[in-house]
Amino acid sequence: MRFDTIIIGGGLAGLTAGISLQKAGQSTAIVSAGQNSLHFFSGTFESMLGMPPRVVDLFAEAGIHLHYTPGVRLMSLGTFGKAFLALEDTDLFPTEKFARKALVVNFAGFNDFFSSFLAQGLEKQGIACRVRLIHLPELDPLRQSPSEMRSVHMARILDGIWEKVVQEVRVLIKDEDAVILPQVFGLQGADIPMKIRQAIPARVVFAATMPPSVPGIRTQMMLHRRYEILGGTYLMGDEVARAHVHDSVVHSVATKNMDQHFLTGDHFILATGRFFAKGLASTPEKVYEPIFGLDVDYSPDRNTWYDADFLKYQPYMRFGVKTDPQLHPMVGGEPLKNLYAVGSILGMTRPDLGSGAGLAINSAFTAVDNIL
Amino acid sequence: MSQYQEHTESVHNFEECMKCTVCTAYCPVLQVNPLYPGPKQAGPDGERLRLKDPYFFNYALKYCMNCKRCEVACPSGVNVADLIQAARIKYEQGKPKWRDRMLASTDFMGKMARPVAHLANWTTSLRLTKSILDAGFAIDKRRSFPKYSMRTFEQWMGHHHKEQAAFPEQVAFFHGCYVNYNYPELGRDLVKVMNALGVGVQLLDKEKCCGIAMITNGMSRQAEKNALHNVEVLKKAVEGGLKIVATSSTCTLTIREEYPHLLGVDVSEVKDSLMHACRFVFERLEKGAVLEFRDDFHLKVAYHTPCHMEKLGWGVFSERILRMIPGVEFTLLDSACCGIAGTYGFKKENYEASQKIGAKLFEQINTVNPDVVACDCETCKWQIEMSTGYKVMHPISILAQALKDND
Repeated sequence: MRFDTIIIGGGLAGLTAGISLQKAGQSTAIVSAGQNSLHFFSGTFESMLGMPPRVVDLFAEAGIHLHYTPGVRLMSLGTFGKAFLALEDTDLFPTEKFARKALVVNFAGFNDFFSSFLAQGLEKQGIACRVRLIHLPELDPLRQSPSEMRSVHMARILDGIWEKVVQEVRVLIKDEDAVILPQVFGLQGADIPMKIRQAIPARVVFAATMPPSVPGIRTQMMLHRRYEILGGTYLMGDEVARAHVHDSVVHSVATKNMDQHFLTGDHFILATGRFFAKGLASTPEKVYEPIFGLDVDYSPDRNTWYDADFLKYQPYMRFGVKTDPQLHPMVGGEPLKNLYAVGSILGMTRPDLGSGAGLAINSAFTAVDNIL
Repeated sequence: MSQYQEHTESVHNFEECMKCTVCTAYCPVLQVNPLYPGPKQAGPDGERLRLKDPYFFNYALKYCMNCKRCEVACPSGVNVADLIQAARIKYEQGKPKWRDRMLASTDFMGKMARPVAHLANWTTSLRLTKSILDAGFAIDKRRSFPKYSMRTFEQWMGHHHKEQAAFPEQVAFFHGCYVNYNYPELGRDLVKVMNALGVGVQLLDKEKCCGIAMITNGMSRQAEKNALHNVEVLKKAVEGGLKIVATSSTCTLTIREEYPHLLGVDVSEVKDSLMHACRFVFERLEKGAVLEFRDDFHLKVAYHTPCHMEKLGWGVFSERILRMIPGVEFTLLDSACCGIAGTYGFKKENYEASQKIGAKLFEQINTVNPDVVACDCETCKWQIEMSTGYKVMHPISILAQALKDND
């Protein structure tokens, strides 16, 4: 099967590239080995250097509204991190002390939201906290299998009874100027979280739960749908087994499901992520890129790959494939002319493009501009 | 160290599970049935316990529909559904119920019903019969039953053998129980399409039911017998230089993947030669074959990718074929399970869950309001027709209808 561009990897970077190329009139395919790290997406973009209008437009056309408010985001354990851009139902604050008093609300039986850690973190910032549990009989079916009481299953029920949640919160609230709820609303769209905000007389902040992420799955679903509406071919659950490369040009790829039916294209984008998604793999001796055997920037001494203190910065997070300025990755120092590496597989090799979700989008745009 | 790593490969890749929970977000059963422990718990997590002691086997694993959506979603390549079905085969005690045997024996039931097809169809459409099946066998009375045909596809092929053999190029057809006993029209449509591509169609040397319903209904030994037989007849065809096509996405997946993964039957000699008919047609057209289409053909088609077609990763072939037909207005429906999962939805205890799972798909079909829904799976067809009232056609049948008649 022939396409103008074949994108390997269906996460944020792959979808951004796919949507942009389809919109520009190209025919593309995305080969995605299962679901991706959008399922752990907090709803905020870490570094977004330049290009916000372009990102905002691309998301808006998929029905996802973003706000560009550089500041800090509240993380699941009550700490804060820098962020620039966020989903409409995810808050960014100018400073860590975003409220005077906060009511932290959780649902009885839901173990994937650490309300007391969160409260401790906020109190460190000088925000007085009260933690309360809401008991909803509608969630009882989920309690039959406590290990499956997860954010997504909660959202499926809560989206239908959000008004009841609002009532319960309104009863609990005293003089707090902020209410913190877990991100367990709005699986299909951000409209329900936004309605909840309007209905509660305090600033409502939705804080991240343990995976899977409800806003993340929603984002994945909406970008995926947008890509397919634009005519893109999303091959879910397939993975590239090997690539056919001659004279530094990629001609086609063979996939696990298509076996002898090769996918050919003029351009290829590698958006396979890092270690979690197997875009990079490692043995005790080396770190390597499994599809093309690309040159990887990593330190040869294994003892310097990690810090024994688990919570400290881990140097292996920096590893990534080497590219030229146009994002062409290399084999033996020789760039592959029609292949582009985008997203987290770049590691920290291109700090100018940012990190996290910002890197995914910036590098995808760079590759798209080079292709078009 | 690396010499140890080489040996860490686990059965169905279960050691690869990172506990990321992505599979649980995509399991259709977990969304409607709280008694089901979910793919992560039932699959890799449970496997760890079961390996220690079979005591930990959980009978709630029977709620798994084997739709394979967990495997398609898994970012780590764990064969979650295989783990669950393999555990059921290994640990489930006791004999399958009469009801399950009846539902699983599609071949046997077809043979029995065919000579009295009219009577059988009339009887199973009666409210009284449905009530008896419901009360006596726990087959839900709200279901409509597939109709049986008076003449099997094999009988029809018997009359057309000579003209088919006259084509210079030949392909063998694994028709499956459904085409043979219930819906020979689909088989005839396939023959028409293949002939238009200059290819004649042959039967295999007596195929048997692929056995998927037996696997999921506790009859894996019978399934294994069928598998061994089918692999033999497929081998014969391959040795004769034939490719084999199938119209059923589930039969295709079962032979290619369930046989080796769940029944331990080696398919390496036949796997590459067996493909879904839509892929075969697409590849022919890609290589330059030309089909002539009617110029008065207009059809609004909404394509539903069956779960097993998603697992095969081949829905794109059906999609491409449909999009290519002049006069087709095409919509790709969102990836979702229709809820029937073969015999699963026929069981009284699963009826409610089955309809709830399909609700989103039915709603989308109603919104799109197509002339027909296209789908490669026979049981999806029953479910969607019963639940939405829209007609469901196989992409091959739509293609056959759009072809210019040369006679």
